[in-house]
Amino acid sequence: MADKPFLDRLPIVAQYRQSVGLQRGMLTAGLVICGVFLLVALFAPLIAPYGFSQLSDDDGSFGPRQAPSGAHPWGTTIAGYDVLSRVVWGAQTALVVIVVSVVMSLFIGVLLGLVSGYVKGWLDRILVVVCDAIYAFPSLLLAIVAAIVISGGQSSLFGGIMATALSITVVFIPQYFRVVRAETVRITSEAYVESARVVGASTWRIMIRHVLRNATRSLPLIFTLNASEAILTIAGLGFLGFGIEPSAAAEWGYDLNRAVEDVTAGRWWTAVFPGLAIVLVVLGITLVGESLNDLADPRLRTRRRAGSRKKKEVVS
Amino acid sequence: MTDAPLAVEIRDLDVTFATDGGDVHAVHGIDLDVRDREILAIVGESGSGKTVTARTLLGLLPETATATGAVVVSGTDVVSLSPARLRQLRGRDAAMIFQEPMTALNPVFPVGWQIAEGIRAHERVSKRDARRRAIEILGTVGIPDPERRVDDYPHQFSGGQKQRIVIAQALAMGPKVLIADEPTTALDVTVQAEILDLLRGIRDEFGTAILLITHNMGVVADLADRVTVMYQGDIVETAPVDELFAAPKAEYTRDLLAAVPRLDIADRTWAGDAEVAPVVRADDLEIRYPGRFGRKGFLAVSGVSFDIRPGEVLGLVGESGSGKSTIARAIAGLTEVTGGSLEVLGVEMRGVTERQLRPHRRDLGFVFQDPASSFNPLLTIGAAIAEPLVVHGVHRSLEDARARVAELLEAVRLPAAFQDRFPHELSGGQRQRASLARALALEPKLLIADEPTSALDVSVQKTVLELFTDLQERFGFACLFVTHDLAVVDMLAHRVAVLHRGEVVEQGRTADVLGAPKEEYTQRLIASLPVPDPAEQAARRQLRRSL
Repeated sequence: MADKPFLDRLPIVAQYRQSVGLQRGMLTAGLVICGVFLLVALFAPLIAPYGFSQLSDDDGSFGPRQAPSGAHPWGTTIAGYDVLSRVVWGAQTALVVIVVSVVMSLFIGVLLGLVSGYVKGWLDRILVVVCDAIYAFPSLLLAIVAAIVISGGQSSLFGGIMATALSITVVFIPQYFRVVRAETVRITSEAYVESARVVGASTWRIMIRHVLRNATRSLPLIFTLNASEAILTIAGLGFLGFGIEPSAAAEWGYDLNRAVEDVTAGRWWTAVFPGLAIVLVVLGITLVGESLNDLADPRLRTRRRAGSRKKKEVVS
Repeated sequence: MTDAPLAVEIRDLDVTFATDGGDVHAVHGIDLDVRDREILAIVGESGSGKTVTARTLLGLLPETATATGAVVVSGTDVVSLSPARLRQLRGRDAAMIFQEPMTALNPVFPVGWQIAEGIRAHERVSKRDARRRAIEILGTVGIPDPERRVDDYPHQFSGGQKQRIVIAQALAMGPKVLIADEPTTALDVTVQAEILDLLRGIRDEFGTAILLITHNMGVVADLADRVTVMYQGDIVETAPVDELFAAPKAEYTRDLLAAVPRLDIADRTWAGDAEVAPVVRADDLEIRYPGRFGRKGFLAVSGVSFDIRPGEVLGLVGESGSGKSTIARAIAGLTEVTGGSLEVLGVEMRGVTERQLRPHRRDLGFVFQDPASSFNPLLTIGAAIAEPLVVHGVHRSLEDARARVAELLEAVRLPAAFQDRFPHELSGGQRQRASLARALALEPKLLIADEPTSALDVSVQKTVLELFTDLQERFGFACLFVTHDLAVVDMLAHRVAVLHRGEVVEQGRTADVLGAPKEEYTQRLIASLPVPDPAEQAARRQLRRSL
């Protein structure tokens, strides 16, 4: 292990080299889509022809519901925004919300799960019941309630993003909690944790050094799978009108909402592009997550057949 | 015997597995045959390819494996067979007995149904007929009252009975070849003796050829007609059982036989002062595991009294469920003491808090059974061994402790370079030695070893036990050595306590207890232990029947 080249030990590169056949194809497709998404989000100011809340330029107002043309390659929306710019800027919003929400739920969920699984007793029972109760709510309903409570109807960029991110956080904490708690309970009965107890290590030392580091192995997988769910939740919130105001940031779900009446009127471009953006990003992240999941499990991982190299030599 | 027709013929069998680390060549073109009415034992250490060879007979290799060569089972070549034809062959021509009877039976179906399932998969018989045959076969393998018990579920049977049911399942279609993959490894010695008798009876009664896979030389001596020794995918030697034990030809076979621990009453005497205060004193010790709400818990240990004096090794032997590991864990403070008194290093363990115990932890070392799980997979061996040193403030950091860790590794005969390796890069025996180094890091007054060698191959076990004896003499720690293997206790312990169902049946000097046991249970335990010598084992078998 130690003498492997440095490249092979990087998380995604290592899995990529391990994969073969269809699994490799899925992983490649997912990585390419995610890469494009990241690039678009990071360089949105350079890529987008206009600002996300820009309604006019030097030649005057864009005019609402313009069909795709040279000035507006993907047309304009009912409110007169440029669709291409909105989609590009929307990637940035999506990325920020994903990162903030997943990071927050990751930290809170992992910490609660670790303490709950290691300490056990009444604290564990209460936390498990609370998390089960959160599961009982439809996640979108919960996100709506959280959005209202947190933002109180404000629509600033920071407030809007934080409200969306926090509401997603609340929905995702139970997932991280569950996974880390289950792993912690399993690891706590392993001989090396008992060994640490016999040695006389303090509770915190055992929890951080021996349990936590071994309990986080499956987190990257939930991370990617949750990221795609996060996008769907932001889009859902935006579509229902609980997201970010158009003047604060571009958001795909909100644009889809405004495009509803355009669809029946035959103005396809306002709905298709934000919709496609959502589908593609979710697909890309899910592909990466699922492939990593399959590759991490030796029973699901496909390998080159043994002796195939030998046969080829015989043929040649 | 030599002119009997062949039941199994293996020619030039070659098996390769695809793994992440490249192809692994598990079996290198071996030839092997088993005749009718013959018991052929394949012995070898883990990784020698013995199980892989046996599994090819039924086409039970995983998808990642590629097999070439010929494996002929009663006239059919199995290697190139279609899945449908293989299914017909399984059970009818060759059947398999698995190692772990606890997991080989489906817990949600009655055992009779599971046996009938096999019969109905091959023949068009009515449910009633299949059931009648299931009852018949259960009676044959010695399940008492089969008419009633046929509708019982697996959990209602003991471990030995479950293995009998697994054997019944394999016998249901009257196969010509029975493959027994470590059939007694998961069982206690007394039960093992019964199962071996049953297998021998099956061969005598039905004329079934048996392919026995085992690593236990005693089992081989007891049951086999002919023995094949495998090492790293090659056959080292094949010989009739008497010949192999009396005059092994290959060097490897000689080493393997020499490594098997024997019960020959070593009588390790203890020269310490009997007046010194004991390190551990158990007085009427009782340990009860908490039950479910409103129910009484399970009484694992009751009324156990013993002392361990400084520098003394006490061997704690017993079968599974006798409470021996529970006592070891209680001494280390991993299990709560619920009654009586247990004094460890001057601390009363009953009702002790972790805070009171922690300062005394440095005088106590623990070696765990499973070398695979007793190391944190993410820490290097050096970090794991340094852990007690850092926790108790002897050294401030890992770098600080490096010299001491190197010293400890040298004491357990591992190169100092192993500090920077990870646990999975070490073999089982090396890991168990590192585990010993970790336990000895603070030079404890008391070491607890919970079955430290039961997961190791015999030759590795031998070196670990020798090392252990050496270190014990050098450091002079007191030790509680828990094991189920009487021969291992004989080698190490000054005194022995025999546990049975949570109570001490007999205790005293090792030579007295093992050499001249007074209690009937101890006598039965010793008589059930198969010895690696066919002639002597046959004599012992007679003796055990008379007990």
